[in-house]
Amino acid sequence: MIDLTLLADGGLGWLDASGPDSHLVLSTRIRLARNLAGRVFVSRSSESEREAVVRDVQAAAGDTVLLRQAARFRLDRLEPLERHLLHERHLVSRDLAGLGAEGRTRSGAALLMQDRVGVMLNEEDHLRLQALASGFALEAAYASLDRVDTELGQRLAFAFHPEFGYLTSCPTNVGTGLRASVLIHLPGLVLTKEISKVLQGLSQVGLTFRGLYGEGSEVVGNFFQLSNQTTLGQTEAELLDHLGKVVRQVMDYEEQARQVLLRNAPAIIEDKVWRAYGLLRYARAVSFDEAMNLLSGVRLGVGVGLIPGVSIYTLNKLLIHAQPAHLAAAEGLALDDSDLPIHRAHLVRRVLEDDTGRSR
Amino acid sequence: MQCEQCHEREAVVHLTQIVDEQVTTVHLCERCAAEKGVEGAGPPAKTPLGDFLAAIGKGQLGVPVGTVELMRCTTCGASLQDFRETGRLGCADCYRTFELQMRDLLRRVHGSTHHVGERYVRRGSAPVTAERAQDDLREQLRLAVETENFELAAEIRDRLRVVE
Ligand SMILES: [Zn+2]
Ligand SMILES: [Zn+2]
Repeated sequence: MIDLTLLADGGLGWLDASGPDSHLVLSTRIRLARNLAGRVFVSRSSESEREAVVRDVQAAAGDTVLLRQAARFRLDRLEPLERHLLHERHLVSRDLAGLGAEGRTRSGAALLMQDRVGVMLNEEDHLRLQALASGFALEAAYASLDRVDTELGQRLAFAFHPEFGYLTSCPTNVGTGLRASVLIHLPGLVLTKEISKVLQGLSQVGLTFRGLYGEGSEVVGNFFQLSNQTTLGQTEAELLDHLGKVVRQVMDYEEQARQVLLRNAPAIIEDKVWRAYGLLRYARAVSFDEAMNLLSGVRLGVGVGLIPGVSIYTLNKLLIHAQPAHLAAAEGLALDDSDLPIHRAHLVRRVLEDDTGRSR
Repeated sequence: MQCEQCHEREAVVHLTQIVDEQVTTVHLCERCAAEKGVEGAGPPAKTPLGDFLAAIGKGQLGVPVGTVELMRCTTCGASLQDFRETGRLGCADCYRTFELQMRDLLRRVHGSTHHVGERYVRRGSAPVTAERAQDDLREQLRLAVETENFELAAEIRDRLRVVE
């Protein structure tokens, strides 16, 4: 089994709920797409060319301050369960983890990670630099990413066009190569049925949304990843500023929706969040989707002050450890073991019991 | 991703709906989506280029069809047909080979063709001067201190002392 203790906080520092607005925003992530000049893009590259990318970037990283002690993971040499684990921690994309239909990783698929900054190698682009931050923290995440980008850019030759900017395999990423996403919990807007309007509004202001696991993933547990749609024609600061303003507004809408619910239907909301809590405290088998939806209810209850004694950090931890690969790894089971829902229910019961035990 | 309706074709439409107070995303192929009366709702699919790709190299972008189809990037061998199928370019030089089409595409996708963000200045191949080596070390020292990597900072300070 891979050693995730090689990573600071097991690579989970981003969910410690220490960042700004953690009751609504789980995490902020920013990535920069970069390619090496003079090398064909990953989609047309050979095995040896991808190895050369790994070699070049590792050598460059070893010479930097910010990545010199980076933990290295060769995704192409890991077992499926291990790759699932990294993906469930949001450290690698679905594509890099080889969790698509063919279930195989590309040779040369690798991850370098130090503190909360990492580089995915041989993803769609040669390099996908990424920074993770707890809560709503666009500036902080970008600041750390920008420094790594500068350090690597001085030691490598990135493909850059005087007019188009950073060149990427897919033209939708060209220019800054920057995609910033804010993972936000919006149960109030879902319950008041305002969410469709908000999501439709996003596309009108150049933003888009995805589910919990990024590109192409489903929305579970009322978590939405809001991110910029375009990458060209605006500066990095403008892109981040715009996204930040819209997220701020969505947060306001969410708070308003919660107030409306509490004012107009206090008994219903109270019943709903306690019911979710009760199920999690006493159920004996819970599927992942059900767990996510119930945890969403409890998170709402904690957010509006109805459920005391449960911390957001505890809920964040459950979000990670109740996932299939995490459960399977912890229990020594296979990913498709039919007893996972039973183990999940046990884990959730135990963790929630601990939390309430401490507070009383 | 497979269509959730027929389980046969690739899902291209990702529709977000609210059922039972929960938001779910339904993944459908083009045909099943059409049957449900859905048109490309929800978040963009893996390649949010759909319509743009269809238009490329089909004579709609000001270049006669024949010539464009024959064009191949001399560096990586990719053709516009390849791009249309995958939504991915083969190498950085593809942007020069298919500049006309890319310019048009970028304008449609991003509303602009001009990068105005950070400009990448590649460190020249000029010989390393003593002055630049010192500047580099000072920059590394600053980063090391900033990230509280004091052991490394001490090491860099020693190296600076030698060269200064
Ligand atoms: Zn279908
Ligand atoms: Zn090419």
